[in-house]
Amino acid sequence: MSLYSAETKRLTKRRFTKLFLLGVTLILAAVAVGMFFTNQKLGPEQIASAQAEAQQEYQRSFDQFGRDLANCQAAQGKPRAADWPPKCAGMTAPTPDQFEAAWFMPPTFDFREKFPDMVTTLGALLALVAFIVGASFVGAEWSSGGMMNLLLWRPQRLRVLGTKLAALLVFFTAVTVVISAVWTAAFYGIAEARGSTESLTSGAWQSIALMELRGLALVVVAGAVGFGLASLGRHTAMALGLTIGVVIVFQFGLGTVLNMAGVKFAEAYLIPIWLIAWMNKEVKVEDFNSCDFSSSAGCRPDSLLLTWPMAGGLLAGVFVVVVVASMWAMRSRDIT
Amino acid sequence: MSRVSPVTAVLEIAGLQKTYRSRKGMRRALDGFDMTVEAGQVHGFLGPNGSGKTTTLRTLLGLIKPNGGQMAILGRAVPEHLPEVAGQVGAIVESPQFFGNFTARDTLALLAEAGGVRRERVDAVLELVGLRDRDKDRVKTYSLGMKQRLAVASALLKEPKLLILDEPANGLDPGGIREMRTLVRNLAETGMTVVLSSHILGEIQLICDSVTIISAGRRVAAGSVADVLASHTSSTVKVRLEPGIDPRRAVDLLRANGAQVTVDHDHFIIGNAGNPAQITRILAEREIYVSELTPVSADLESVFLELTGTAPVEGQNRQVDQTAMAPASGGWGQ
Repeated sequence: MSLYSAETKRLTKRRFTKLFLLGVTLILAAVAVGMFFTNQKLGPEQIASAQAEAQQEYQRSFDQFGRDLANCQAAQGKPRAADWPPKCAGMTAPTPDQFEAAWFMPPTFDFREKFPDMVTTLGALLALVAFIVGASFVGAEWSSGGMMNLLLWRPQRLRVLGTKLAALLVFFTAVTVVISAVWTAAFYGIAEARGSTESLTSGAWQSIALMELRGLALVVVAGAVGFGLASLGRHTAMALGLTIGVVIVFQFGLGTVLNMAGVKFAEAYLIPIWLIAWMNKEVKVEDFNSCDFSSSAGCRPDSLLLTWPMAGGLLAGVFVVVVVASMWAMRSRDIT
Repeated sequence: MSRVSPVTAVLEIAGLQKTYRSRKGMRRALDGFDMTVEAGQVHGFLGPNGSGKTTTLRTLLGLIKPNGGQMAILGRAVPEHLPEVAGQVGAIVESPQFFGNFTARDTLALLAEAGGVRRERVDAVLELVGLRDRDKDRVKTYSLGMKQRLAVASALLKEPKLLILDEPANGLDPGGIREMRTLVRNLAETGMTVVLSSHILGEIQLICDSVTIISAGRRVAAGSVADVLASHTSSTVKVRLEPGIDPRRAVDLLRANGAQVTVDHDHFIIGNAGNPAQITRILAEREIYVSELTPVSADLESVFLELTGTAPVEGQNRQVDQTAMAPASGGWGQ
């Protein structure tokens, strides 16, 4: 337990950890403040204003139509007639129902509709921070010689590395739970003040809670992967460099090659789609170069449904491979 | 291969082997190395760069896996039982390495907590190594000597029975070196066993009871400092002739008989005088008389250079791994 508490203190004392947590807090605060000021609560006044604006727009379009029809008719038999449809056929007057008042409504924060995107934003940001802090936590220990020092005190390699990892993951679990709670409360407040919470049912809350749990899992996996890669390479730069390499090679390089090769469901080979599938429960990838014909619906593109259990399996696989590899390397390597 | 005996030696190494494999091939860092340190001793561990000193210490402390041999600390075989004895072993290996953004106090407090050591020890060791007034400074602002002091402090936190210090005087100013010498002596007086690796051989000679010299991964000398020096002093003598006699004739004569002679301004030194009586006899036969014939007591540095074959040779640039094994015993005149 003493090793665990020492590692937790080591993690929280690090300036790197503090700076990144402060940075992510400021970014999240900026997002929340931005959402607060760009949304409005909808009342009879806003609805009446939107309806009036829709009516004005309709009237402007109707007047314009009248002028266009007159010009068209006046141009008949003259060279200018070529600018208009033959005999002004097909020119139809706009109708009021084509101008929906909803288009002219000010943005409003509907908690049930918009908060899931905010959960994804939070999960992605915290996962990024967990990855970098996790990589730095162990990478700096390796490169500064601190790990060797620690092993002189505790010559139990797997226990030392495992305790470090546990301290990191427990810390980020706590941080994610606290920030998620504050984030949810903040946006509930924003929805109350600048939007709506009316459609929130217990089922909706359950769905949001599960999504936040998936976000937490993403943060934990990202932290463990950053930690594991940096430990394998014995340097923070190993994890960060590998990640940049993966982004460049797999996301841009592989994406371009797959598209050029006309590979079916090319997106499914890229990382972001799996993260979206994980957070949003599912995502459909479509192949627009194919035709899945049915007599009732006609030609539709082939589709591949990526679900959260599939994405979860992938995340678990990456987690296990990286953590096991780092533990194996820790157990067997000479520390020089 | 010799066996680790069940004696109460604080540290025992027998037949230790370590081979490094790389794309360039294999390199044998330790080749059946033996070492024994008795309780309460200050033991010097000497060897040229690349001889296997640090590999030995790292292997002993569980950082490197050996390819063969046996080791024991405080009577317990390591690395199998290292976790059981680690609390009684304080060590710094090679240059001091700490996380630069932490203060000295934070660094020591975290180590103390990780190792289950009382927090009061932090203040005690900071005082002991002279860092009390700089304990809240970040380690990255420390000089090499201050980092060295911090490293020693970290090794002393546990109040170890065995203290292993690899180049503890590295980066210290002359005052710091003297303080370190006093510190090591004081620690030894409390009953602590100290293994000291250093290239400052004068220091080793001053403070160590016994030494082990390693070269090319093998032990080339071991024993008390006095014994090691004595075994290499008998063959060197200083010769002074009667005033007014041209020493060149005597030198030529002795060289013609196989002596290794080094001429100084008013005397000469014979390095391989196994039987000094031969000198007087050869010279007296030519009516050259000796006014002084005294054995030259070797210092540890010359013994070290001789045993490890690392003495500089004029006109040659010695490479790091380039050593010569100790010459066979005996010498000219025997």
